[in-house]
Amino acid sequence: MSGREEGALHAPAHASHGVRGHGHDQPYTPVFAGERRRQLDELLTRYPTKMAALLPALWMVQETHGWVSEPAMAEVAELLELTPAYVKGVVTFYTMYHQHPVGRHFIQVCTTSPCGACGAEDVARAFLKHTGCGELGVTSADGKFTVIEVECLGACGFATPVMINDEFLESVAPESVPQILASLK
Amino acid sequence: MGYPHKSHPRETTVLSKHFGDPEARSLAGWRQRGGYRALEQALGMGPADIVNVVKESGLRGRGGAGFPTGMKWSFMKPGDGKPHYLCCNADESEPGTFKDREIMRWTPHALIEGCAIGAHAIGAETAYIYIRGEFTEPIKVMEQAVQEAYRDGILGKNAMGTGKRVDVHVHRGAGAYICGEETALMNSLEGRRGNPRIKPPFPAVAGLFGQPTTINNVETLAAVPHILTNGAEWYTGMSLSSPKSTGTKLFSVCGNIRKPGNYEIVMGFPFKDFLYDLCGGPLPGRRFKAIIPGGSSVPIQTLEEAEATMMDYEGFVAQGTMLGSGGVIVFDDSQCMVKQIARLSRFYAHESCAQCTQCREGTAWTTRILERIEVGEGTMEDLDTLLDIAENMTGKTICVLSDSCATPVVSGIQKWRHEFEAHITQKRCPMRTAVAA
Ligand SMILES: Cc1cc2nc3c(=O)[nH]c(=O)nc-3n(C[C@H](O)[C@H](O)[C@H](O)COP(=O)(O)O)c2cc1C
Ligand code: SF4
Ligand code: FES
Repeated sequence: MSGREEGALHAPAHASHGVRGHGHDQPYTPVFAGERRRQLDELLTRYPTKMAALLPALWMVQETHGWVSEPAMAEVAELLELTPAYVKGVVTFYTMYHQHPVGRHFIQVCTTSPCGACGAEDVARAFLKHTGCGELGVTSADGKFTVIEVECLGACGFATPVMINDEFLESVAPESVPQILASLK
Repeated sequence: MGYPHKSHPRETTVLSKHFGDPEARSLAGWRQRGGYRALEQALGMGPADIVNVVKESGLRGRGGAGFPTGMKWSFMKPGDGKPHYLCCNADESEPGTFKDREIMRWTPHALIEGCAIGAHAIGAETAYIYIRGEFTEPIKVMEQAVQEAYRDGILGKNAMGTGKRVDVHVHRGAGAYICGEETALMNSLEGRRGNPRIKPPFPAVAGLFGQPTTINNVETLAAVPHILTNGAEWYTGMSLSSPKSTGTKLFSVCGNIRKPGNYEIVMGFPFKDFLYDLCGGPLPGRRFKAIIPGGSSVPIQTLEEAEATMMDYEGFVAQGTMLGSGGVIVFDDSQCMVKQIARLSRFYAHESCAQCTQCREGTAWTTRILERIEVGEGTMEDLDTLLDIAENMTGKTICVLSDSCATPVVSGIQKWRHEFEAHITQKRCPMRTAVAA
């Protein structure tokens, strides 16, 4: 029950994750050339509409650039015959697409009730402390880490599950946080 | 098996038999374990005959609503000249639920086989498995298995050499609980925002891409091959109680309990034995306080209610709740109910798609009021306001996410009113230890 007395764990209002990051002004390299283009063309054969490839295409963007910028949305829009505004509407609906650059290691800690009852808030606090992020949604000064709370990760029997980029960790305890962080490059 | 624990002798392992066995993941391993014989059999049967077997088995949807699967399939009319689609709902985001994840991680071919049989039965050539974006490992495992199945000619233009076309594709979501709602899932798959649609039209009439569509949960589809192989009677025979609940069910267990994990039992199993015998009972020195047996959207049970429950669709209703998705969340006497319910409410406020006023505003108000009560700033009037908001959030919106937020609030205030009142009168959480200096 330690840590309970430290008050509620809330993201500060200014921190829509990574919002303080940089990168909006960098030149844009298109994603869909060569191999990526071929992958997208293959994807398009799976659906009767081009629009249906939107979520997969956005995933490919994020895998390439680490986030989904406005020029990327425009690129995807053109390929799938959509408007950039439409694509932005879709991007903003889903929590997993980053609309801003985030830390190199994007750490998501489940704190929904079942995990919360098993001490997940202490795990989130341990990540905030040991990454130096301090607050949820704020990227560390060295650009290495961003820590956010996430809603139920669908692994509640393995409290506390934590996602670091695409890596899915189970049964993370506050004590194991320093070791986990040390293993990240 | 009581994954990640050893299977308990009182479990009946059908779906979970190979959990934890990495060899069952590969096509060769799956075939050695009897895999794809049911699909071969199914492709030689007429769709109506498959639907009949599933109807007779009494299989009901495992995604939450418990709708009879055979009946759902019979709404589809093969040969109506339209493309039909099967969607497999692998969005698994209901707090407390983590069974579909294990099915996909350990027995990906079981799901592919179930999808292929389901597709054939409803006259569809294409099935999409929509997996929540956070399930990176299950997605990888499923994609690999799908590739294997194509390479082996199980899927594709000439499925298992029968001349029938069966395509199965994995589609990754991108973070949104609401995409588990069936019509939101279809919108999301189409490349739209995941807003639920107004029904009617129902998916069987106009679903994915506007075409007749059936949507089923992972566990529902994974059960189908076993039913075809062993027969409907075998499936109905595995129930201890109501003839309306048949077969086995996976329950995910989490929270304050000794052995959290996935357990597969026959319908009608006594909940008390389940909690104390299979799952090992409470943590040392603790007592169970409250149990949410079917994922966070169903009414919370007191320990007395839970101990009197038979675990099937009717049994949970008889004890004031629902089987739902089979996600059992256990809170013990170290937990503050106000805090837990406030956190659940925050989950729904975060996940509301915000189309309906009652849901968008109701989930947010409820959360604010509960959080204020939790820190000792609530009033007695707040409890009436919460119940009033809950009433206005129930039965009035496009989907039932709104109702789901109200449910734990109403059952919580009914059953643990004293805890809410103690927060208000003492102006603090009575369970919170004094602030450390
Ligand atoms: C808000 C909401 C979330 C849902 N999430 C899921 C889910 O993650 N997985 C699922 O199978 N069903 C979910 N459902 C139920 C589906 O709408 C649908 O009933 C189910 O997929 C049908 O499959 P079944 O008949 O095999 O159960 C959800 C429903 C609602 C209202
Ligand atoms: S009830 Fe809530 S989640 Fe469902 S459609 Fe309405 S606003 Fe969206
Ligand atoms: S509540 Fe944490 S994974 Fe489900």
